[in-house]
Order: sequence, then C-alpha cells, then structure tokens
Amino acid sequence: MIIFENVEYTYPNGFKALSSINLEIKDGELVALMGENGAGKTTLLKHLNGLLKPSSGRVIVNGVDTRHATVASLSRDVGIVFQNAEDMFFSPTVWEEISFALHNFGYQEEVIKKRVGWALKFMELEDYRDKSPFLLSGGEKKRLALAIVLAWSPKIVALDEPTVGQDVLQKEKMIQIIRQANQQGKTIIISSHDVEFIADLQPRIILMSKGKIIKDGYAEEVLTDLSLLKECRLIPPQMVSLTYELGFLGIKPHLGQPEDIALEIIRRLR
Amino acid sequence: MIAIEARKLGFMYAGSSSWVLKDIDLEIYEREFVLLAGRSGCGKSTLLRCFNGLIPYFYEGELEGEVKVYGLDTRNHPPYILSQYAGMVFQNPDNQLFALTVEADIAFALENLSLPRDEIRERVDWALKVMGIEDLRDKSPNELSGGQKQKVAIASILAMKPKIIILDEPTSSLDPASAKQLIDTIAELNYKLGITIIIAEHRLDMLLPYVNRLIVMNDGRIVFQGNPRDILEKYDVMPYGVPVPRVVRVAQQLKKTLSGSTISRIPLTVDELVQDIRRWRSGK
Repeated sequence: MIIFENVEYTYPNGFKALSSINLEIKDGELVALMGENGAGKTTLLKHLNGLLKPSSGRVIVNGVDTRHATVASLSRDVGIVFQNAEDMFFSPTVWEEISFALHNFGYQEEVIKKRVGWALKFMELEDYRDKSPFLLSGGEKKRLALAIVLAWSPKIVALDEPTVGQDVLQKEKMIQIIRQANQQGKTIIISSHDVEFIADLQPRIILMSKGKIIKDGYAEEVLTDLSLLKECRLIPPQMVSLTYELGFLGIKPHLGQPEDIALEIIRRLR
Repeated sequence: MIAIEARKLGFMYAGSSSWVLKDIDLEIYEREFVLLAGRSGCGKSTLLRCFNGLIPYFYEGELEGEVKVYGLDTRNHPPYILSQYAGMVFQNPDNQLFALTVEADIAFALENLSLPRDEIRERVDWALKVMGIEDLRDKSPNELSGGQKQKVAIASILAMKPKIIILDEPTSSLDPASAKQLIDTIAELNYKLGITIIIAEHRLDMLLPYVNRLIVMNDGRIVFQGNPRDILEKYDVMPYGVPVPRVVRVAQQLKKTLSGSTISRIPLTVDELVQDIRRWRSGK
C-alpha cells in the first residue's frame, strides 16, 4: 500500500513540482499517471523509493515513512525504471547488469542464477546475456532496464514513460509484460502521455496538471472527458474522438478496439 | 526538380559487420512532404543522416552508391555546404541548443556564414515569426518547455533558409498537444514556404493528413513507398512496425464486412471516416 498525505515538493531552485498530493494506491493495482510535460509525474515517482523526500507531508510505502528510510532499503519493495534506460547501466555484460542488484541485496549465488535466468527469459533477452548493455538497441535497453528491476522482484514497479522511443510492436510487447507482472500481483505505476497505449492498458488513471492531481478515475471515465484531457495537454484516443462524432448513429463516446467499433457501426447502420 | 537522389545506397557503420542501409534507390522532389516509417533500428535515422552529409563526414563507415542533394554529391561536399540546402532537426533539442538566449542560438550559424549584420537580424526575426515564437527571443533555452525548445531548434535551421528540412523523431519526448502543434507548424513550412520536409516519426495519426509520400523501411531496405492512402489500402504495414491509425483499422474492418463500395477510400482522419459514414447512411 502506498499513501501520499498532503505531499508538497519544491526543488532546490524554488520550482514547486508537487502540491497537496493526497493519494492511496492498494497492493496489486495498475495505475497510470498522466499529464503534460512538467506536470509532476516523474517527481511523484521519485517519492516512491525515497529518491526525493517530501518538502512537507509524508509518503508511506508498505507502512514505512520514506523520510525515515534509505533509498537502498525502500528499493527492495519499489523498483523504478526511468525514461532513459541507459542511465541505469554500467556493467560489462547484460548478465552482470541484472545480477548486480541481487548481489547487493545479499542473495545466494544459486538464487541469483535462477532469477537472472528467469528475467532474461521473461524479457526475451537470453541471446544477449554476454553482450554489453550499451550495444543493445533502444527497445532492448528498455527491456533490460525492466529485467533488472523485475529480477529482484519488488512488490511495486514504477515505469517512467515506458513507450518513448518504442515502436508499435515494442509497445504491444510492453503491454503484455505489464499485464503479466500485474497478474503476478505486482503493483504497477506508469507515467505516460501516450494516450493510445494507456487506452489499451485500461488502468486506473491519475491525471496531473501543474503539480496537482486533477482527476482520479478509471480509464473509460477519464479518457472520454475531453475538457479534462485538454487541460492536461492530452489528445483523446482516436476511438474516443470517433465515437464522439458518431452520436448520430446512437453510439456513445467510449474506448474500444477499432475492429469492435467497426462492428458496432455496422449494427447501427443496418 | 529533384531535391535528393540516392542510387544503390548502402551504409555500414565503422566497427559493425552488418549493412544498416541496403540498396536504396530514391528520388525526393522539391516541395514534397515525406514520412519515413518502420521499426526502431530499421535504418530510418541512418538514411536521414545521408541526406545532409553527416554520413560520411561525421559518422565513419563504408558508404556504397551515391547521394546527391540538389545535384551535389555528398561525398565531396562537406556538411557546411550541404547544410545550406538541407537542415536537420534531432530528437532531443537539448543537443542542438547551447547559447544564452534564443536569439543568439538562431543567429549562431548565420554568424558562421559571415552574413552581414542586417541580414542576420532580418533572418532571425523572420524565423522567430514563422515559428510563432517571437515572445521567446530573449529567453534562455534552458527555461523553455520541450515543445518550445524544438521550435527554437527548427527556427535556427530555418534561418539558414534551407530548401529541405530533415527531422528525426522531433516529437518523441513531447506531450500530445505540443506534438500536434509542432507537426502543424512543420506542415506550414511545407505548404506556405514550399520547403521540402523529410521526417521520421511514429505519430502517423497527426502527420498523414499532410504527407504526400509514405516510405516504409525494413531491415535497411525500402519495402513500400507511395501515397499514404494507397499504401494503407493495398498493404498490411503493421508487421513492419508502422503505427497504422486506428480509424484506418475501423475502415478496413468496415470494408471487410460490408460490400467493397461502401467505404470508397481509406480515411486518414476521424473527420474523413465520419463523412464517409454519413454519406453512406444518407445514400442508403
């Protein structure tokens, strides 16, 4: 369980990035933080493992007040994959990159082998185990960053803009991975302004603008609210824009797969 | 008039053992708006780098065949010459901006061309105006948003008065509203000023209304090219990592289920599809 209580955060240069954030995320939830660039999404994520501590208010992760815990101890429960995956890398091989954190957490060699093997397989990186992380393609680097985090099996996984620089097939793969990890009981928190990606994932959406939460609801409700999306510099998913225009057929604005919406149109036309 | 011509173009980066571009034959004409699409790593960026001399001057490797920009062979015309024909905008504007003010950033390349003072001032004013960022003139690039930075980066290219502007995923870190704004501005450069645009981008839904040619690449080769509507109608481009807009998928399903003549064209926008449905409904 994650609790934000009246959290404010002001950067050392005086920029107030978060104000009056109140939030509760339960175990096993799938949550997306959406909003314009600079809305405070990444700043909020950095509070989850104590990289940033609130200027006022408090953040409680699984019962621990982050002000009184180290990043190292919080990281056991919270793994964050940042937007620029490469910033995480420093090891000579993919295998060592994934096993590094496990060694630090003091796991037995046997366990480490098993876990790294599992993470490589899960993220389809087995062929690259002896390759340098820096020689991977953009999509592979993203998957490696996620493999590193999943290998130590934190209860909470946060992903900062996981689709930036990913092509459409990699995005589909990312959706599968996120769903699978979520089904295994992990709490997943994603920051993104990729509306089509989030429309496919259908998570709970926390909409942010200028450091504040302006809406907290389910995908269907949030992504069909055009004025709210506009306020956050988001553009509605194309299927929402389409169904908005199809009122004359008696179709209500909603999310959906294009093929399903086509069949709905045909039913109404006949 | 041909703006860019590639013949039997191949390229392999130094230290690598595989060809990133293979046997590319291509002609791009003046005033075209060309969109490059395909999976990450398919060779889009490498191809763009061949169009302004970054390859072979900046990136070392083995170059086969030839590329001509307005008739100038890129092998024997260095980037400072080619950049007066073809300017390039990158994914991350931070790599392109460095001066203390927006104005100084835009003026920098012009000063290097030793243009007269008045001309520099005139061109900077013009570029700021065209990009709609006159209010940013005295700001530091550091205090701008991502979308604003990208507009400044384009303005600094524009001030060189290039005939061609090449853009490599310019909106990938922007939020959707900023991305749309930027793409609309790029389109204006094309239809108002006649600048040839060559862009690699994943946001097909925003670009297709403006594009006259779609080039789909796979594994270093061009697999399809032509009018985007024709390509989307004839070929299944999804396996090549082309993010086909969802309205296109709706129309394809409608075509499949209803008789072929119902949806007469593949729509590129929501508005086009809605028009077609209205027309079909009233004609029924």
